[in-house]
Amino acid sequence: MPIIDQATFEELKQMSGEDFINELIDAFLDDAPNMLSNMQTALETNDVELFRRNAHSLKSNANTFGATELGALAKELESMAKENNLVVGNGLEIINEAYAKVAEGLKGMRV
Amino acid sequence: MTFKPEPGRLLVVDDNKVNRILLSRGLEGNGHKVETAENGKQALEKLRTGSFDLVLLDIEMPEMNGYQVLEVCLQDDELRNIPIIMTSSLDEIDSVVKCIELGAEDYLNKPVNPILLRARVNASLEKKRLRDEQRKLFRTFATKEVADELLRSGFSLGGKYVNASVMFADIRSFTTYSEKEDPAEIIELLNSYFALMFDAITGHHGTVNQMVGDGLMAIFGAPIPRENHRRESVQAAMEMMNLLGGFNQEQAMRNKTQIQIGIGIATGRVIAGYTGTQHRATYTCIGDTVNLAKRIEDHTKIVQSPILIDQYTSEGLSHDIECESLGPVIFKGKQQPIRIFTIKLD
Repeated sequence: MPIIDQATFEELKQMSGEDFINELIDAFLDDAPNMLSNMQTALETNDVELFRRNAHSLKSNANTFGATELGALAKELESMAKENNLVVGNGLEIINEAYAKVAEGLKGMRV
Repeated sequence: MTFKPEPGRLLVVDDNKVNRILLSRGLEGNGHKVETAENGKQALEKLRTGSFDLVLLDIEMPEMNGYQVLEVCLQDDELRNIPIIMTSSLDEIDSVVKCIELGAEDYLNKPVNPILLRARVNASLEKKRLRDEQRKLFRTFATKEVADELLRSGFSLGGKYVNASVMFADIRSFTTYSEKEDPAEIIELLNSYFALMFDAITGHHGTVNQMVGDGLMAIFGAPIPRENHRRESVQAAMEMMNLLGGFNQEQAMRNKTQIQIGIGIATGRVIAGYTGTQHRATYTCIGDTVNLAKRIEDHTKIVQSPILIDQYTSEGLSHDIECESLGPVIFKGKQQPIRIFTIKLD
């Protein structure tokens, strides 16, 4: 699975126009670490709702950029939280790693 | 064929920065003016201070989520008229259905497809524009509440029984100073006269629903029920006489035509509803009460008293309104004599 699906990303670029694809990437690189750290906090405080909401946002943004794997991981965590299940094992580590790769990839895709 | 819509003023509400940028840049690209809010609370603050044509509302948000914002908007007289398009991810379809049932205008899936975005936003703006025009049209005949109620309840042509006060007002005579009538002047005179009468009637929550020649018919207590519609109809009549007095004084000073009118009011059960076809309909009332109100208005000619009402209307008045019984009258087409009351004016 590619880190970032080229077709989806191209579509996004076309839709947004090249002018502000950088703005979009920066917004994501700015926001996503907060979502991940909110998920961490949520785990520590056993806050299912906070966990679910941030997983949801991360999923939504990952899909927007074509970060398919990151999106799938976030979706899985969101589904667990929806069922009140925060026993995610090393799920957070995995998603952090996936995000790091996506962030690297996106940085290289700025115009 | 390219459809170029008028630009609108839009509010994008989303807690997610990427989504906000994506939506607002896309909409700006279509020529709209866009503001953003990061949560429900902020959205309501912005909506209350600015005039927006459309809201794109995220469902999942901290502080106040999309449902809550939607509910507040739908219950707010001012905000209710702004269409709301819900934005959600594909797997939130149940939530979307709930929002549409609550009264959201439409929805869009995220990531948003630019073609759908343009189409749904333009369609919603166009619908709002039509509704605004209808509302403006209604407001020339009715109060704001009635106009809003009519738009909200839709235009089903079905009727229902309601208890209402029906008023007829007609011009009895023109007192002319000049030999010749100038047609342009007469029309101007009628327009000024109607403007004054409409003010008095809508000011007391009545709806003018018919104008024929120099006469008008108004309804109090329908389509929106009003507890004191009997009193309000008489207060409107008194204000009509009062405004007309001032108008006639001015006319006299300018050596222009003066107007005398007669007003009749009756209260009771009427059949109210829209009559007409799907293309042209008007809100009206029919029934014995309506006929009686017309007869009473005609009777003002005979008794030389400008405001006459029936007994049931008189029983709904407050003590500060003085009325005097003129005894029973037998009207054409009625079996029973009707007790008539005259309203004393200062």
